[in-house]
Amino acid sequence: MGMTVTEKIIANKANLSQVKPGQIVQAPVDFAFFHDNNAPIAIRQFSRLPNASVWDSSKVMFVLDHHSPSTTLRAAQHHQNIRDFAKKHNIKVSEVGRGVSHPVVAEEGYARPGRIILGTDSHTVGLGTFGALATGIGSTEMAAVLATGSIWLQVPETVKIWLDGKLGPNITPKDVALFLLKNFGPSFLNYAAVEIAGPLVDSLNVEERMAITIMCLEMGVKNAIMPVDEKILKYINGTQKTEKIFEADEDAVYASVVNFDVSSLEPIVATPGLPTNGVEVSQVVGIEINQATLGSCSGAFLHDLEAAAEILKGRKVHPGVRFVVVPNSSRAVEKAARSGIISTLVEAGAIFSSPACGTCGGYEVGVLAPDETCISTTTRNMDGRMGPGGLIYLASARTVAASAVMGKITDPRKLGGGI
Amino acid sequence: MGDFILKGKVWKFGDNISTDHILPSRYMTHVEPHELAANCMKGTDPDFFSKIQPGDIIVAGENIGYGSSREQAPQAIKCAQIGAVVAKSFARIFYRNCYNVGLPAINAPDFVLDVNQGDLIEINYTQGGITNLTTGKKYEFIKPPDFLVEYIELGGLIPYLEKQLKK
Ligand code: SF4
Repeated sequence: MGMTVTEKIIANKANLSQVKPGQIVQAPVDFAFFHDNNAPIAIRQFSRLPNASVWDSSKVMFVLDHHSPSTTLRAAQHHQNIRDFAKKHNIKVSEVGRGVSHPVVAEEGYARPGRIILGTDSHTVGLGTFGALATGIGSTEMAAVLATGSIWLQVPETVKIWLDGKLGPNITPKDVALFLLKNFGPSFLNYAAVEIAGPLVDSLNVEERMAITIMCLEMGVKNAIMPVDEKILKYINGTQKTEKIFEADEDAVYASVVNFDVSSLEPIVATPGLPTNGVEVSQVVGIEINQATLGSCSGAFLHDLEAAAEILKGRKVHPGVRFVVVPNSSRAVEKAARSGIISTLVEAGAIFSSPACGTCGGYEVGVLAPDETCISTTTRNMDGRMGPGGLIYLASARTVAASAVMGKITDPRKLGGGI
Repeated sequence: MGDFILKGKVWKFGDNISTDHILPSRYMTHVEPHELAANCMKGTDPDFFSKIQPGDIIVAGENIGYGSSREQAPQAIKCAQIGAVVAKSFARIFYRNCYNVGLPAINAPDFVLDVNQGDLIEINYTQGGITNLTTGKKYEFIKPPDFLVEYIELGGLIPYLEKQLKK
């Protein structure tokens, strides 16, 4: 019987010729990362294991991104403990200011085809962009992985999403992500693998693809996976000897296959409460905002900074709005500085914070007062995510930038500019 | 070993109770058990901890634990001495995290449909049965694989692994 890409990765790693959805297998892990929010518990749990040693320190990384640079005394102490532990066990640390785990792991070349990648972060699913099986686990489980290099996995069913068509002017991959979330809801794809492919995916660059796969977590997926093409191979400098690029068999069995044509997609905005609350922007235009935010692993790539700069060039942020920009990696900042994007944004009135999670979880950056409203490119808008009582609308960088200029939710196509 | 029995009062919640509801991210640098316990369910019911008794049971609708990988969420529930979480369905990482910290997570949609806030219930985890002592009705649930049941018996993944490593 044919297998899907996810099934093939699991079968290959578990040394089995065939796996089926529902089956539980034990599989070796190729790369594991911890972030500063979850590492303290993992370290504590690891130290409870008698005589535990790290299974392979070259396959592990700590990323200091959630409270970065340290935002409280307690966070500073956690960072110090992480650095001490990492030094003792010869593990690499992605330091404060380097960026959010998912883009950093991608930039450092650890996300590669056929790998099993685990992170102590739910949005780890975004690294499936590289043809890997990438998923999030909790701290205690990560302590066990650190000691054993292995994990139990239940083989998921796979749902195939085929994206056809071309995006219209001022419509972005983030709109595609919010559109998919709106269609599937918060739990429809619970435990499932999604394979996302099609002409739209082919047309996007690697980071634009990640903007979509990262958001897939909000539909409950176990992992999201995209095909490996020339763009991926160029990004990771070709494959290494041990790596395999898997394609689904012709007769692979999918739980369902869903096709979308994105050509007539409108800008999508998720209303407060759930990232899956998407509506077309026309339904929310005019809602006044106090803050506009460009941030998060999924919403503050170089392409997001570029998109915002195109809208903001020669314009000013509305005086009643705080426009907070938290890029997701230091490389994005370097590139944006070189091309003048940062000057454009600063001249327009943007407030920059260092590459980190920042506003995404209200980590002491851009926290909202009760009843304040924010429009944001971040991943989540559950109640209290940026502070109790604050309301969060999720949207693309173009919609956020246009709204920052107008002081209210605005269709980016109204301001023109951009493609 | 005798049957593993849990008995307590039901605290009922709706669908899509996220990890931000269970333990808002602003409390995540808290790692001490009493701090986690005191902030349990803070994002949806700020007084929750002051109202509950040890052994009480959280009952939720679809997709409880939606959101982040934060293990502090089930850990906070466990530290607050809640006996189990029963739901129509669970978000993936939250479900794994519950077992990893030794908190029974039980899929029982039929039971959830019937139960009311404040009902007294008894769960026989070993047999896979729930009795609503307030209404007298009985329900069955499908137990997870044996190794996860062992996590619960031993108190979570770490004691389980300690046992494995000793073998
Ligand atoms: S940016 Fe937000 S969603 Fe991404 S890892 Fe950080 S907190 Fe999580």
